[in-house]
Amino acid sequence: MTPLLEIGKLSISFPGLEAVRGFDLSIHAGETLALVGESGCGKSVTALSLMRLLPPPARVDGSILFEGRDLLALSLAEVRDLRGRAISMIFQEPMTSLNPVLSIGHQLEEVLRRHEKLSARAARTRAVELLDLVRIPEPARRIDDFAHNLSGGQRQRVMIAMAVACRPRLLIADEPTTALDVTIQAQILELLDRLRREFSMSLLLITHDLGLVGQWADRVAVMYAGRKVEEAATQRLFEHPAHPYSRGLLATSLHLEQELHYRSMRLPEIRHEAGDAGESTFRLIEASPQRIPLPPPADTPILSLREVRACYRTPRGDFAAVDGVSLDILRGQTIGLVGESGCGKTTLSKTILRLLEPAGGTILLDGQDITHLAENRLRPLRSKVQMIFQDPFASLNPRHSIETILDSVLSVHGLRDRAGRRARILETLDHVGLPRQSLLRYPHEFSGGQRQRIGIARALILKPSLVICDEPVSALDVSIQAQILNLLVELKRDFGLSYLFISHDLSVVRYIADEVFVMLGGRFVEHGDHRRIWDAPRHDYTRTLIEAAPARKAGAPASRLELAAA
Amino acid sequence: MSTLARVRATLWRTALQAVPTVFGIVILVFFLLQLVPGDAVDVLAGESGGISEEGLAMLRASFGLDQPVLVQLLAYLDHLAHFSLGYSPRYNTPVMDLILSRLPGSIVLMLLSQIIAIAVGIALGAIMAAWAGRWPDRLLSLAALLLYSTPGFWVGLMALVVCSVWLGWLPSGGDVTIGADLRGWAWLKDFAAHAVLPVTALAGFFVAIYARLVRASMLEISRQDFVRTAHAKGLAPFVVTVRHVLRCALVPLSTVAGMHLGTLLGGAVVIETVFSWPGLGRLALEAVMARDYAVLLGILLLSSLTVIVANLLVDLLHAWLDPRIQTR
Amino acid sequence: MASSTVFLSERSGPWSPRFGQFTPQIRAFLRNPAGVAGLSLLLLMLLTALIAPLLYPGDPLDMVARPLLRPGQDLRFPLGTDSLGRDVVAGLAHGARISLLIGFSAVSISLLIGTLIGTVAGYFGGWLDDLLVHLTELFQTLPTFLFVIVLVTIGKPSVMLITLSIGVASWPTIARLARAEFRSLRESDFVMAARSLGYSNSRIIFREILPNALPPIIVTTSVMVATAILNESALSFLGLGDPNVVSWGSMIGAGREMLRTAWYLTAFPGAMIVLAVLSLNLLGDALNDALNPRLRELS
Repeated sequence: MTPLLEIGKLSISFPGLEAVRGFDLSIHAGETLALVGESGCGKSVTALSLMRLLPPPARVDGSILFEGRDLLALSLAEVRDLRGRAISMIFQEPMTSLNPVLSIGHQLEEVLRRHEKLSARAARTRAVELLDLVRIPEPARRIDDFAHNLSGGQRQRVMIAMAVACRPRLLIADEPTTALDVTIQAQILELLDRLRREFSMSLLLITHDLGLVGQWADRVAVMYAGRKVEEAATQRLFEHPAHPYSRGLLATSLHLEQELHYRSMRLPEIRHEAGDAGESTFRLIEASPQRIPLPPPADTPILSLREVRACYRTPRGDFAAVDGVSLDILRGQTIGLVGESGCGKTTLSKTILRLLEPAGGTILLDGQDITHLAENRLRPLRSKVQMIFQDPFASLNPRHSIETILDSVLSVHGLRDRAGRRARILETLDHVGLPRQSLLRYPHEFSGGQRQRIGIARALILKPSLVICDEPVSALDVSIQAQILNLLVELKRDFGLSYLFISHDLSVVRYIADEVFVMLGGRFVEHGDHRRIWDAPRHDYTRTLIEAAPARKAGAPASRLELAAA
Repeated sequence: MSTLARVRATLWRTALQAVPTVFGIVILVFFLLQLVPGDAVDVLAGESGGISEEGLAMLRASFGLDQPVLVQLLAYLDHLAHFSLGYSPRYNTPVMDLILSRLPGSIVLMLLSQIIAIAVGIALGAIMAAWAGRWPDRLLSLAALLLYSTPGFWVGLMALVVCSVWLGWLPSGGDVTIGADLRGWAWLKDFAAHAVLPVTALAGFFVAIYARLVRASMLEISRQDFVRTAHAKGLAPFVVTVRHVLRCALVPLSTVAGMHLGTLLGGAVVIETVFSWPGLGRLALEAVMARDYAVLLGILLLSSLTVIVANLLVDLLHAWLDPRIQTR
Repeated sequence: MASSTVFLSERSGPWSPRFGQFTPQIRAFLRNPAGVAGLSLLLLMLLTALIAPLLYPGDPLDMVARPLLRPGQDLRFPLGTDSLGRDVVAGLAHGARISLLIGFSAVSISLLIGTLIGTVAGYFGGWLDDLLVHLTELFQTLPTFLFVIVLVTIGKPSVMLITLSIGVASWPTIARLARAEFRSLRESDFVMAARSLGYSNSRIIFREILPNALPPIIVTTSVMVATAILNESALSFLGLGDPNVVSWGSMIGAGREMLRTAWYLTAFPGAMIVLAVLSLNLLGDALNDALNPRLRELS
């Protein structure tokens, strides 16, 4: 059987950048193929090239045969006839992928009227049916809504409705769930899989998350630096990855069934070395026991929260983003805080740092009440609590060199001696694993992982007791993620740090936390010892979160087995 | 909230905001004008000559100019409360009548030039964006930049030299041919011939602003994800440009057009002078020269109110163009 | 999309670290021919303004020759003389002094008032912000040019007064811009980080936020100088300028009387205004492209 889509020797280059090199891939009718790789590996560029959607400076060579026709040889008018009708695509950001000033009905009808030449009335009827198909409640009423009236998950559903409106043979989904919460993520993938079967489409699922792949894909292609390094059936790839990079990717991506915990084990790391001929070699450092044990937490709390509340002023009155939470962080302990977007976890961290004025309750730092302490009296205490931010780029002032960033922290905190400051800065750089010659460089000259190391250096240079880590690895690739987590554990041991580790990613929290708090709607719904909470969750919401987390093994869900039987 | 209720809420909010603004402007300008040396009576005396000290004092008393500043201010506010703008010493008429007689001229001039500027601006901007980086864009961009850098009154004067002095196509000033006493079509044609140059001279600068803005916003918007979505649906480039890109570019355009209303009024002062166009701008200038503060204050108040109303219209337009904006 | 990861590169170059942060912007600016043209033109204007008293010593308002010499008629006065026998070229050169002087100083005043008010309103927020926003709106409701006219009539027309009037009437633009910048940057992660490190307000304002808020302010400044020059020329054209100095606007105003016979008396000073304003607008556009990285990526 000839494949639906056959990519041969595809090369894509931009001025000064070779994005994809000699890429081959074929997709058969009705199958789900996952294209996996880290940011910048060329997977999204490849997807866009299939639709001929790359901006003009891109040069595309090779062939893309779709049902026997070479898409690269077609005229743009012919390609436009295929777009949205035979091949459709959905994108990562449902927020920005819908036109904000046109109703969703209008945008749905647009594609129907373009390809199926429906009348206005018929298009509207079909649009309502499509919204119903993707499970938007009350479709007849929501059809006149605008993108901003919908939640993130609903927006992605509308995008999917638009993509399948003309029953395409191939649906390309470029990181369709990356911007969504875990619980929504599972629903969207289920929807995609259902539609794939109903419409007998092929699905090209592009993702950085290996976890997703096992559950939904028939075959997986792994991409690195513009090349395909491996392609195999999902089961086979998971059990016997052939290429060292795939092995590394599998080993470093955490999943919930894993029994790894930071007190006993170091995470595996993948190291990439460029060979003499410019080829890449990978070295996998397997998970290993911690050589030096971490001391158990002390009995005294470094931070105590009692019924803390924090409010935002909105046009409709005050909104309590944090609504009466209590918590103790013991010296040397790591508390994991889990919750989905909007649950109040970031507001809580800002309140603890007194970046937001608490609306109620008490905050005790090292036994001292700081709830309403004036800024000038708070300043000396600030060195005890520091923060690491999610987006390492946004949290570094782009106009300052690394030396300025670190040096001003010390001078603000009264270190007058220039040589002393310099010594302390160099020492800190060594601790976080940055080369000393980084000092004169600016944040934009570093990679994502290195920027996060700078963020960690800034937090550590004051020798704090407690560090609040707000999604510190969420913006990073899996392979970098493991390096940063290992670094955080080392630093904790060396400096006796306590962490408040905030994340939406349960598998990361499972590894790093001693005790876990689950947050929903500004409150803690459950907390407990890290083993207990995964093995015997008590609250429904905790169970939902755990179930929604992508399962690791290939072919796990029932739907997939059904299909195999059919 | 229903559309009607939102509109009503917006109207109410604007009215509430307008009162303190108007009050603030009256007080600010009133005291500023007190700093100006001389008053209307001085100017009158200077022009006619030979008025005795007693005569001057009597004139001042009759216009209330001999009162203390605060009393004058209170008297003015009292007038305002009764929807009167006071009395002009120079023209010997109520200020309201004076303004109303000049208002139509200004409104026609400004409205026509704005409509033309917006239409031409959108067209040029869209063309430049569509050919971005290629020669039609470069040429038009340069032309727009030149127009943006040229004083409107100079454009007017040069156009006058070419069209009226050299070619003799168009009249050189005023709004109708004096003494012709035309009616109907003939009047309209005569009026249009008089209006071409001033409207063009006033519109030029704004054409440049709007064209540059439309170009920049369209280029910005065409990089948005939803435009990629529109292309991925198989829509033709023209449809994507008009329905998705241009539609969104109208939002910043309406903001800027509203913001530049004040500039428009200022530009009108000079253009009206160049073309002897009977409008408020020239009246304002005459009032300054004659130290006729009642008239000046009246015009400033009226133009401030116009700006407030224009902002209100822009707000409503925004809420209609962009569903994300809730009228606050 | 395409990778934007920047790897730690070995090029740190000979640029001093203090200006290192702006090197890519300076390079982008220098690669833009329009920007270089604008800058050269502006420098030429500045040079003209500086050496005008050397080239044409004496008062350009003095009668030096027969009135209404046509351009080229007498080579000592290449662009001819006006109705009072004044040298047009000398007027144009000296006019550059007044235009640029008023343009730059008026905008310095706006910049001072506007940045101060915008910073305070945007950074501190709360009731102070409400108050300052209302004040800004009040000033913005007054049509700028009419307001300038009122201010100019307060005293005897002089360069100083005109500068002050234009400066005082146009600060709201800067204030709004600065406020918007400070408001958004105040919520950025790096300012959060600075606050969590206990930095003082003044340090956050001057060291953390201002360098990031500056690029759009710089761009607007160049456009505002252009606008100020246009406003000054309109004022002098209307006869509200300083009668003791020659300015392009007043030359046009005087030339207007002779429009039918000696149109060039209006044309030359107008062309000078266009050149001066054009140079600033070219500069502003190029700065905008250089300082706005997204646009730079596109080109």
